[in-house]
Amino acid sequence: MINKAALGAEGAPFELDVERGKIHEFARAVRSQHPEHFTGDTPVIPPTFLATMFFWEELVQGANPWHLAEMSQERGMHAEQEYVFHGPPPRAGERLFAKSRITEIYEKAGRRGGTLTFVVMVTEFRDASGGLRAEAKLTGVETSQPPKESEQEGGQS
Amino acid sequence: MSGIRWESIEAGEEPEALTIGPVTRTDFVRYQGASGDMNPVHHDEVFAKAAGFEAPLGVGMFPAGVMSTWATNWLGPDNVRRFRVRWKRPVWPGDTLTFSGAVAEKRESEDGRFVDLTLQGINQEGAVVVQGWMTFVCDSTDL
Repeated sequence: MINKAALGAEGAPFELDVERGKIHEFARAVRSQHPEHFTGDTPVIPPTFLATMFFWEELVQGANPWHLAEMSQERGMHAEQEYVFHGPPPRAGERLFAKSRITEIYEKAGRRGGTLTFVVMVTEFRDASGGLRAEAKLTGVETSQPPKESEQEGGQS
Repeated sequence: MSGIRWESIEAGEEPEALTIGPVTRTDFVRYQGASGDMNPVHHDEVFAKAAGFEAPLGVGMFPAGVMSTWATNWLGPDNVRRFRVRWKRPVWPGDTLTFSGAVAEKRESEDGRFVDLTLQGINQEGAVVVQGWMTFVCDSTDL
């Protein structure tokens, strides 16, 4: 069961340094063939690179409020992910100041019966002067029944 | 850094699809190491089987990331302003995935000129595993 009291919960602020070697590694892992990730001193990030916030939020206690929603390990899945860039995406050498917040918790009837509960977390990434550079929006879904491979309707882990 | 020429892109335009695979456990774990998401269900056979799966379940952000870079290979990583992905079906080791997309709309607003794409990734059976929506900015000086 999702803990609805988690709505509005905010994580502790954390920093993310955009690093050239990490951009090379990540761009290879997602099969990018674009030379702009692999050349120059300050390559631009691939569109899903801010997923690497995992490494940075682990360094700061309380940075990730997602667990407060208490989504089931067995019945919870990653349903959607979105990245928005307010201007050109960040480049190597930038330091981003990030903070996550649980912004939505809502229910929908499942197509095959049962209830789907969605939890949305938005992480804002700002520059040193406070300008909003990017946002990551994570949508997770918990089914009221354990998902089966052939019956998946919300997403995947 | 190269901009997208507003005049030279058309609704319905659809470049060549990208096929990868058969995808492997190594592809999953390489992505997991790069991203920092080390959930064992995506690489540990024993853990995945105990969780009721026949093999490690593909990490969803791997096909999502490949789909996004299929588009940036075409329109340039500097020009991306939005990427959204929705997962439809699991990916398994041995799947062959084909990523494609097309220009859904060209639009102008106070904020500039934008191209919206719809994207998808399908498996070897033609079933959709990921859907995507993406927005790129076009050069405004390029009249």
